[in-house]
Amino acid sequence: MLIKRKSSDAARGKLQAALGGLSSGVMDRRSFLRRSGLVAGGAALAGTIQIGAVRKAEAAGMGPATGTKVVTNICTHCSVGCTVKAEVANGVWVGQEPAWDSPINRGTHCAKGASVRELVHGDRRIKYPMKLVDGAWTRISWEQAISEIGDKMMEIRQKSGADSAYLLGSAKFSNEGAYLFRKFAAFWGTNNVDHQARICHSTTVAGVANTWGYGAQTNSYNDIRNSKTILVMGSNAAEAHPVSMQHVLSGKEINRANVIVFDPRMTRTAAHATEYVRIRSGTDIAVIWGMMWHIFKNGWEDKDFIKSRVYGMEAVLREVEKYDPKTVEDITGVPEAQLKRAAETFAKVKPATFIWCMGVTQHTVGTANVRAICNLLLATGNVGSAGNGANIFRGHCNVQGATDMGLDVGNLPLYYGLVEGAWRHWARVWDVSYDALQARFDEVPAKGGRPARTRKANMETSGHTSTRWFDAATMPSEQVDQRDNLKAMIVFGHGGNTIPRIPDAVKGIEKLELLVVADPHPTNFVSLAQRKNGTYLLPIATQFECSGSRTCSNRSIQWGEKVVDPIFESANDYWVIYKLAEKLGFASDMFKNIRMVRGKFGMEPEPESVLREINRGGWSTGYTGQSPERIKLHMANQDKFDVVTLRGAKGSPVENDFYGLPWPCWGTPEMKHPGTHILYDTSLEPMNGGGAFRPRFGVEREETLPGGAKRTVTLLAEGSFPKGSEIRDGYPEFTFGMLKRLGWDKDLTPAEAATIAWIGGNAPDAVSWANDLSGGIQRVALAHGCIPFGNGKARAEAWNIPDPVPTHREPIYTPRPDLVAKWPARPDERTLRIPNLHTTFQKAAIEKGVAKAFPIILTSGRLVEYEGGGEETRSNKWLAELQQDMFVEINPADASARNIKDGQFVWVSGPENNSKARVKALVTERVGKGVAFMPFHFGGWLQGVDQRANYPKGTDPIVLGESVNTVTTYGYDPVTGMHEGKVTLVQIAAA
Amino acid sequence: MARMKFLCDADRCIECNACVTACKNENEVPWGINRRRVVTINDGKPGERSISMACMHCTDAPCAAVCPVDCFYTTVDKVVLHSKDLCIGCGYCFYACPFGAPQYPKVGNFGSRGKMDKCTFCAGGPEADLSPAEFQKYGSNRLAEGKLPLCAEMCSTKALLAGDGDIIAKIYKERVVKRGYGSGAWGWKTAYKETIAI
Repeated sequence: MLIKRKSSDAARGKLQAALGGLSSGVMDRRSFLRRSGLVAGGAALAGTIQIGAVRKAEAAGMGPATGTKVVTNICTHCSVGCTVKAEVANGVWVGQEPAWDSPINRGTHCAKGASVRELVHGDRRIKYPMKLVDGAWTRISWEQAISEIGDKMMEIRQKSGADSAYLLGSAKFSNEGAYLFRKFAAFWGTNNVDHQARICHSTTVAGVANTWGYGAQTNSYNDIRNSKTILVMGSNAAEAHPVSMQHVLSGKEINRANVIVFDPRMTRTAAHATEYVRIRSGTDIAVIWGMMWHIFKNGWEDKDFIKSRVYGMEAVLREVEKYDPKTVEDITGVPEAQLKRAAETFAKVKPATFIWCMGVTQHTVGTANVRAICNLLLATGNVGSAGNGANIFRGHCNVQGATDMGLDVGNLPLYYGLVEGAWRHWARVWDVSYDALQARFDEVPAKGGRPARTRKANMETSGHTSTRWFDAATMPSEQVDQRDNLKAMIVFGHGGNTIPRIPDAVKGIEKLELLVVADPHPTNFVSLAQRKNGTYLLPIATQFECSGSRTCSNRSIQWGEKVVDPIFESANDYWVIYKLAEKLGFASDMFKNIRMVRGKFGMEPEPESVLREINRGGWSTGYTGQSPERIKLHMANQDKFDVVTLRGAKGSPVENDFYGLPWPCWGTPEMKHPGTHILYDTSLEPMNGGGAFRPRFGVEREETLPGGAKRTVTLLAEGSFPKGSEIRDGYPEFTFGMLKRLGWDKDLTPAEAATIAWIGGNAPDAVSWANDLSGGIQRVALAHGCIPFGNGKARAEAWNIPDPVPTHREPIYTPRPDLVAKWPARPDERTLRIPNLHTTFQKAAIEKGVAKAFPIILTSGRLVEYEGGGEETRSNKWLAELQQDMFVEINPADASARNIKDGQFVWVSGPENNSKARVKALVTERVGKGVAFMPFHFGGWLQGVDQRANYPKGTDPIVLGESVNTVTTYGYDPVTGMHEGKVTLVQIAAA
Repeated sequence: MARMKFLCDADRCIECNACVTACKNENEVPWGINRRRVVTINDGKPGERSISMACMHCTDAPCAAVCPVDCFYTTVDKVVLHSKDLCIGCGYCFYACPFGAPQYPKVGNFGSRGKMDKCTFCAGGPEADLSPAEFQKYGSNRLAEGKLPLCAEMCSTKALLAGDGDIIAKIYKERVVKRGYGSGAWGWKTAYKETIAI
């Protein structure tokens, strides 16, 4: 009998022995409990000795996991920001251990996080730079690649202008990478720079920022533990943000909270809800207004909150009146009683939080959807305190940070916009001349009936959105509002299958003169089309192969340390951006004040130094207090933070700080602002993380009442102010002029005053909290208990954007053409340099009888195993094994009507381009009758054809499949150009 | 003495498969073998529940009872392990196991199945603890390092509990009391026919 373990090895080998061998029984038991998954606060267990560590020292040199050092980085998948503990031996990443100390993930991961080590195995990674030579992939050197790409970019610039090169960045960049990429675009001279936020939460950012000031999650994942009602709409957190569910389910258990899930699909999140509400895709506004109808009808609204902190709720009320229960049930399919119950719970069982994701944002009415939700939160007083708020779960690991860094067609870093003042601010930070920056931009000739644009005007005009880049390449030049069509795509870390209308995208890819894909994997930009030349593949390292900071959804900034050197010939983003800038001739200006250090291939920018430059310019968003030293201190003291409040423990080096110094973290690092865990929270002093709604849109406004009479109302808060404020009412943003009026300018130090004088020139009074590089204005405002950006009202009515008060609009491809007369799509318009033909497409669809020929609503979403376009995760053998086939979920009734059996291949055909996709059928009641669902992570097949041969040898992902976007269709948000990813119509037939 | 157990809290399990990939990662389990799997019942319907499954390390293990070469043994921590040196790949244990834990690297009607592989509770095998030979055959030996199985340690919602049966039972009991309703334990309804309103 094999019982030798009992006798000979017991002393060293067994857990019992390990426990017995240590003197303090209490501590061991605690460690043991912690590893057993006991629910206890991090602080309660802080400082315990982990028996694992003790054992390891004894066992050194014996096993596979010994003799290792542990490096801390952050998961590169979703935005939750799970800490990854990597065990590294001899430069090889040999194991992952739970990161017990992180207040965010507390040791845990999802399928993706638990398998990130595979990313640097790199079986399927791009191993060296390559280019296409007459259709064949050819290995080249980095020098040759940079040189040829640079020459071609310059040639295109001469011929067609700077705007003809599109710079598509990534939500997987670190903050420093994202910032450098945005800065690169500024020096190149274009605003055609974008990243995944466009297709993720661009409408959230626009909708939320236009309501109360900043476009970000107001609270945090951890804070959901305080909620008593958790409303989830268009979010499948159980698959998209699994670790967030730890906090959601804990909140549900501890507070016995209501979890209400609104979704067209009974998701895995809905499986854990207390109530699931099935809605028709694309009717979110009608659902929300239907809830508001009940709330106002029954007087459940928070009248004090509205009176003191909200502008324009009357206008919303007038719209809401149209949404009586019968109308709403007809549009959305939600029974009156159920919606009323949800409304009552949300309004009465407080604090209530609203969680949303792409089910809300990826619509032609995305921004309006978001605005409607904001109004629900405002009407019920559910913003600005613990347990409530807009808990927007963002997608990628650094999509929040990349958005903050201005990887966006309409912004310089930190939301300064593109106005002259913004350019001048960054020119000062960068220590370059404004005129030199301006000279880099194109002059745009008059065309298509539009007037010509000067360089200055072009510099201040938003660029093309990434959702329509191929339209900008293929449309007649006079339709495209820039000097010439797109000729070059420079793509860093962005999939090619993530936006609708792939058949059109293929034409775009084929039309490009230059395509550069800089990525760990080739992506569908490479595999979709048959290109012969002018295509480059650059091997880029993952964030595990370089250091830098990243911002999670809750605005906390975490520092990731390089785990291993970039594998094969991969290089990090910093070096590649530097080399390109050097080749294009502006590196000396662009990297003027950035420290260069020796990297894998030579000198490269130091991420700490880049972050310091961000700190020097990031006043508008409070990205100034998070010095590399402070962030690293947080990473080293993760165990000192409370899991619910995220506050650093008393007596610790991070006392009073919020974990990761969530922005805004005002002033200089020396001011020791703790960061802001919960935005707009008036119960705390601004210097302690408190705030108020931001008055971004003036201080008062003249309104026209329905009768025609006019009145002027204030946009500043009335009777509401953060704790400890010396101004006990609303106030506008702080400027030097305002400090003078208040008599607080005397509090400025001479150095601060000198900086303000230098910035202000002839008009020092206009120097504000957002462009005072000394931080003096912020410091003085905070010292008087005031929030630098002012104390205003949130806007229920956002008069400066399309549909100031949201109204239900039927999707372009609607299954209910009968509702279009009353609820039509928006009239045709131009959105960001390009036509946006909502009505034309909707009318054409109705005239062609699309709803009859394509009777099934198609919606899309995530799977837990994959992420985004999926090339990276489909190349990971541990993940790929779990999802080997692209599929479509179809209701049993629809399947049996079409004679479709579970697991068989079917053709899903779409209403545009005769598009069709060959996928497997998954027959399930998860989707309602007349609804189908497809995940969006697949690619590598096109309309039934396997395109594996298009990948360079050895870089093809393990799993390929049809992309859902082959059959998705036209439709773009009028504010941000967000695509319609959640409602189109298809037909399904057995293949 | 501790008796090592897994317990999956079905009210917490969201089928995220972290346990599956954590196991793959920790033990370098090859494609085709899943020492741990997540099973979902009532998929897509009201009452959908998922549960993570692996070797249950039975007290009176049927696999051991049927093994013709007696390759199974139970450790002092009551973990059921086996010797790949002795295993002949006959497949009896696969038929005996009610949980489908034993798996084989090769397929084919007549050829060898190869040596059986299953969850080791991250406790390695009969070779010397933490030796390269042990790692190659069985994967890591976390118990010897004073750690628990990585699947449970990394579980996204702390649904999967592993450890001393008495302690995880206590943790689970505390959770149920806090929740204030029934039990999320898998099999509860089957066993007790209790209608649990959730």
